[in-house]
Amino acid sequence: MKKTITAFAAATAAALVTTAIVAPASAGPVLDRVKAKGFIQCGVSQGVPGFSNPDEKGAWSGLDVDVCRATAAALFGDASKVKYTPLSSKERFTALQSGEIDMLSRNTTWTLVRDTALGMNFAGVAYYDGQGFMVRKSLGVKTALELDGASVCTNLGTTTELNLSDYFRANGMKFKGVFFEKADEVVAAYDAGRCDVYTTDQSALAAQRTKMKNPAEHQVLPEIISKEPLGPVVPHADDQWFDLVKWSLNVMIEAEELGLSSANIDQMKAESKNPGIRRMVGVEGDTGKNLGVDNNWSYNIIKQVGNYGEVFERHLGENTPVGLPRGLNKLWSKGGILYAPPVR
Amino acid sequence: MAVDSIPQDQPAPPKVALINDPRARALFFQVLVLGSILIFGGIIINNTMDNLASQGIASGFGFLNTTAGFAIGYSPFLEYSEENTYGYALLVGLLNTLLVAFIGVVFATVIGFIMGVARLSKNWLISTLALIYIEMMRNVPLLLQIFVWYFGVLRALPGPRQSVDLAGTIFVNNRGMFVPAPVFEAGFGLVTAAFIIAIVGIVVLAKWAKQRMELTGQPFPVFWTSLGLIIVLPLLAAAIMGFPMGWDYAELQGFNFQGGAELPPELVSLALALSTYTGAFIAEIVRAGIQSVSHGQTEAAYALGVKPGVTLRLVVIPQALRVIIPPLTSQYLNLTKNSSLAAAIAYPDIILVFAGTVLMQTGQAVEIIAIAMGFYLLVSLIISMFMNWYNKKMALVER
Repeated sequence: MKKTITAFAAATAAALVTTAIVAPASAGPVLDRVKAKGFIQCGVSQGVPGFSNPDEKGAWSGLDVDVCRATAAALFGDASKVKYTPLSSKERFTALQSGEIDMLSRNTTWTLVRDTALGMNFAGVAYYDGQGFMVRKSLGVKTALELDGASVCTNLGTTTELNLSDYFRANGMKFKGVFFEKADEVVAAYDAGRCDVYTTDQSALAAQRTKMKNPAEHQVLPEIISKEPLGPVVPHADDQWFDLVKWSLNVMIEAEELGLSSANIDQMKAESKNPGIRRMVGVEGDTGKNLGVDNNWSYNIIKQVGNYGEVFERHLGENTPVGLPRGLNKLWSKGGILYAPPVR
Repeated sequence: MAVDSIPQDQPAPPKVALINDPRARALFFQVLVLGSILIFGGIIINNTMDNLASQGIASGFGFLNTTAGFAIGYSPFLEYSEENTYGYALLVGLLNTLLVAFIGVVFATVIGFIMGVARLSKNWLISTLALIYIEMMRNVPLLLQIFVWYFGVLRALPGPRQSVDLAGTIFVNNRGMFVPAPVFEAGFGLVTAAFIIAIVGIVVLAKWAKQRMELTGQPFPVFWTSLGLIIVLPLLAAAIMGFPMGWDYAELQGFNFQGGAELPPELVSLALALSTYTGAFIAEIVRAGIQSVSHGQTEAAYALGVKPGVTLRLVVIPQALRVIIPPLTSQYLNLTKNSSLAAAIAYPDIILVFAGTVLMQTGQAVEIIAIAMGFYLLVSLIISMFMNWYNKKMALVER
């Protein structure tokens, strides 16, 4: 009930808020709003371990959460100035359009339609993912091409739903789709045997598997059927805010490349002669001025949140329950495709 | 009008200034209120369009003709595929909502009437059981009940390869219920015709029996005759044509059963939850309706030697219906609107398909929510209209 109500509320809010805000498009309506509030309202998932998940005390953590925290560190010098709004896949864009949240960091795939017709901008890629299939080992299925006629559970209103249709259509197979609004309900229904197959991004499959009754009963099939670049999203019409979110993410990637981490940054700040590092810790250059924030912005991000590698290992790496390999998300210099434009 | 009825010889009413004329003033203020409402609405619509445009969000209804590209899990009436448009997907969702609402209303009414009468039973066990049912159903939130039916029932059922097999024709597993689907062959038209003739015959018979009853007081066993007509006539036609009908049985193939007719667990649990929940409310309405009929009516009927069953059917229920119908209408409306909770358990109704997937794909929240609201409004108004007509028909006719 609550789900439907919030969805409706968000949708009607979209209508009302858009009518209520008659303010002329100033330089940065979102940035002004965030500064006036003193915190960032960040849209996250309703619980995907490793990306955005609340602990037993209600404190959020994960890769997506850390993107929001990095932006807060850049803007306010304090990574904790973030409030979180858990959103279903269905509610997320309306919440961003209506101004209920300032940024959306919720394993959201970057596509053309979303980037244009929905009135929002993708501020980069925080995780390169691809869609996969999970089945019970007892079915004896070896490849996704054996899935003709299967029942498939997944999330409603996602690129996953469309990729699934495309894949089965392209291979001349049929399937029975069962689409839920909440990830938890998908997992529960698959776990209860409603479906033969559970499909979503491979990272999320690994994360959700930890929630199942018996994780060892399930296997992920080898096929990856799509490109899923997941990243933070901001509303149209505020380029300054867009820049800030984009470069907060880039700084985390650049810091890993330069070998800067939360552990060594103070030492590097005092000792390093490398101009790239000196710019990153705010001793040289005026990157902060160009973004309209304190020149220590990148130092604050690295000090309080960490570089991309640290964040990844903390939430998704081999030593966490999710246990994902870096894969595509290694730095470009180490065989992956993670590549930040120069911070200068 | 009052002015016309004034006789000519009386003096005409004195001319008053327009500002003091009550009719002119009333008209002025009504125009003012209507005008400001229209202007307010116009400003809201205009402002929304402007702001959508300035944020670069697409608007308009052109999206309805765009290819959908997503699948819908259950579409019993229409052939739907990914190549169809968003508009067609809307139609599928809409029909699925109507289907579950229709099943819900029928079963809720049956459950409600049985439970309402049982609640008044003189048998302690029956009335207590009815009481427990009503209080439990009425006081637990509907969403919770839907989850209980869905996840509770789902977990209890076996997988497709260990399906519960009822006489080799009906199969039940956690993917749903599979029943044989009828296949009509050439010559079935005659059977349909016989069926229609039987129905017409029953209507005529009922009218005749009522007339005869009123004239002579002789009762006629309408129910049994009708039952005979509706079974024997089509059966006879079928026998003449050599039974032109077959069954398409569901068969286990690959992951699941293929062929036959499928009732997915989402539909079954949603229909069950809606009808048992609303049924409890209807039971209370029925009980109140029956109790509102004065006991003197029953006693009078008994004193005339009318049997208890006939008393209930011909004396009590017709009078109770006058009390029952208006609140019954709002229960039907509630049930239809509550069917939007379908989205929680993945039943592809209008909310899930249209205000869910389509909204996500297009991002056009304003248009889509408006269409969905318009649909519920229309359905509710149609139900109200029908029930108001029925209420008028049932109202006490003074003779």
